[in-house]
Amino acid sequence: MALLQISEPGQTPDPHQRRIAVGIDLGTTHSLVASVRHGVAECLPDAGGRVILPSVVRYLPGTGRQIGYEALAAEATDPENTIASVKRFMGRGLADIAGREKMPYRFVDKPGMVCLQTVQGEKSPVEVSAEILATLRYRAEDTFNDDLFGAVITVPAYFDDAQRQATKDAAQLAGINVLRLINEPTAAAIAYGLDNASEGVYAVFDLGGGTFDISILRLTQGVFEVIATGGDSALGGDDYDRALADWILQQAGGKAATAADKARLKTAARAAKEALSTVDLIAVEVELTRGNIRVDVGKSDFDAVTSQLTARTLAAVRKALRDAKLTREEVKGVVMVGGSTRMPQVQKAVADFFGRAPLNDLNPDEVVALGAAIQANQLAGNDTAGDLLLLDVIPLSLGIETMGGLVERIVPRNQTIPTAMAQDFTTFKDGQTALALHVVQGERDLVADCRSLARFELRGIPPMVAGAARIRVTFTVDADGLLSVGAREQGSGVEAKIDVKPSYGLSDDQIATMLRDSFTTADADMKARALAEARVDADRMLLATQSALDADGELLTGDELVAIGSLMQSLRATVAASQDAKEIEEATTALANGTETFAAERMNHSIQKALAGRNVETI
Amino acid sequence: MNLHSDDFELFHLPRQFAQDRTLLDTRWKELQREVHPDRFAAHGGAAQRMAMQWSVRINEAYQRLKDPLKRAAYLCELNGASVNAENNTAMPPAFLMQQMEWRETLEEASGLAELEGLVEQVNQARRATLKTLDLMIDEERDFVKAVAQVRALMFIERFYDEVNVRLDACLDGMDAASKGQ
Repeated sequence: MALLQISEPGQTPDPHQRRIAVGIDLGTTHSLVASVRHGVAECLPDAGGRVILPSVVRYLPGTGRQIGYEALAAEATDPENTIASVKRFMGRGLADIAGREKMPYRFVDKPGMVCLQTVQGEKSPVEVSAEILATLRYRAEDTFNDDLFGAVITVPAYFDDAQRQATKDAAQLAGINVLRLINEPTAAAIAYGLDNASEGVYAVFDLGGGTFDISILRLTQGVFEVIATGGDSALGGDDYDRALADWILQQAGGKAATAADKARLKTAARAAKEALSTVDLIAVEVELTRGNIRVDVGKSDFDAVTSQLTARTLAAVRKALRDAKLTREEVKGVVMVGGSTRMPQVQKAVADFFGRAPLNDLNPDEVVALGAAIQANQLAGNDTAGDLLLLDVIPLSLGIETMGGLVERIVPRNQTIPTAMAQDFTTFKDGQTALALHVVQGERDLVADCRSLARFELRGIPPMVAGAARIRVTFTVDADGLLSVGAREQGSGVEAKIDVKPSYGLSDDQIATMLRDSFTTADADMKARALAEARVDADRMLLATQSALDADGELLTGDELVAIGSLMQSLRATVAASQDAKEIEEATTALANGTETFAAERMNHSIQKALAGRNVETI
Repeated sequence: MNLHSDDFELFHLPRQFAQDRTLLDTRWKELQREVHPDRFAAHGGAAQRMAMQWSVRINEAYQRLKDPLKRAAYLCELNGASVNAENNTAMPPAFLMQQMEWRETLEEASGLAELEGLVEQVNQARRATLKTLDLMIDEERDFVKAVAQVRALMFIERFYDEVNVRLDACLDGMDAASKGQ
């Protein structure tokens, strides 16, 4: 739909038409879906009443698959075909995956993004993630007995362009309309900020199973602004389990000989860790191959053996504060996210560092999904009174490779998005007619230390002496943090442009093919559904066009009015006569295209009116 | 007002060097509230693209207005005095001498106290230059003289960043040391 709908203040166009919008926390170890119901965000449970979906997908021989708890249960017996923590592989090449030799998967090295060999053939991390997302989508659609309008999906603040693009591709594959990708810590702050109506600088301390994230946010007048992010992508609750397991073994004076021993020790350590959140002393018994061991673990022992891990989180906090140019005293509150923040020593370290008790009112496992749901509800237009505006920043700098393998930074990190920034480059040799551009992301000065995002070429530069050409390279980052790059020789006007999703991203065609494949099973059902959807879309487009014409028809010339009128007439006729979804869609698209200029003009008018109104108030 | 209005017109602020940061921030958020693509998430492609253009333009203006160096350079450009930094690096000898002294101090600095002292010195020079710019732009309206100060400020800020990188490295080292205890 190309037309901008503008309603009178305080009136919604159709109060009965509520759109189903959800927030999805696509996590490393588990995922959740939440939605705003009766004004309150809540996580949606499965048929068994559980809100958490383990992020595990198992491929069975044939076409079947298991997702969530069922798959988790099979992890030990069918490790090769049971993919857990797939988030670590999103947008990553084989070489990027630390510790892959210890993983049970059969990796297939592919340009850009690694694939996994399963009993059902090669699966990309995008496809595996799409299974999880589709499961959550069906859960939401079953809950509301309606189609999903769209979703806000959360990603870690440190996710680079490749990882964000892969997440968006996975959503598209799962048939989900992505309203927005937002950073996990930002989502947590939304959940707390709205509930408590707080203003000021906040820190979001997110300690999960395998990663640690710290974000500094400023909240004012309903605006969420991320001012710095940092963290440690190899630090989490699992490290605490490991440290405790090592200590237990050391106390018992033994060595873990087998992998099974190590696994049992770790399970025992994790149970002890959880128990020590509420008791001061616990006896740990573990059956090892060479005999049982029994060790008393005190809370103080656990604190002592993990103090270095806790100190590492605080070092990252200090760094983020320095990036934000703030002192710890200026932080008004600390939001705790992730199950690992339940550990008392973590709570205490954070409280001591900031000199205040952290915020704990919301379930740390759910808080990210809840915040995403609030944002989704507003983006879908359900909450017209809502005044939430999210101003996010880009987490990692973006640049171009220059001579000698050096990076010229074009968009510095922590820049507010959306943004467009440009830099002029020139040719190196006399008569050079092409320029190879290599787009990278990262904070280091050498290209080799940054992540390569894309390569493309600007061709057809008129021959000139070296240094005479003026090639302006423009980086545009949209509100989801996704990059597109354009290059233009200023003298001749030669242009090249790409959306940065080449080697690792799926092309739109690939996604279309995958979508078709997944739908062939229930073909007849799909056809009926597609037809119904196409009719609804067509009606919505006609209605929007009519109300736009009623409101701002005077912006159009007589010819333009006639052209739009005939497109509307043809769409009405098609809807009445056709049983083919594609035909209706085409007619709808024709009307959308035909009204695009009109829509842009109305948008421009409304913004200028709004801005002019503000000016009058200011004077 | 349109996408091509200058930054000051867009933010409805007086075209001068002295600016109220709180007012600037408030205006930025007010403007983003009107034009941000999220406001039009359910309104289709054309509205999204238009919103994106406006939102980008307002962020661009905000980045320039909130940074004193960029703001001063922009005011000089608007008043016909080009900063032209890449082709004009000639600076007064006294200024260059001071730069060299600072660089020597930075190279020889070994501890946190020395680095912090240097940060304070550079900060003082920065504040003094800003004050001079304020005078030249808003009172004397001498943009040709102001351009020389803008270039001096570019040197000072670049050096200030370098000192802070060293300071960060020093602090990180201390973090690492405290970890080892």
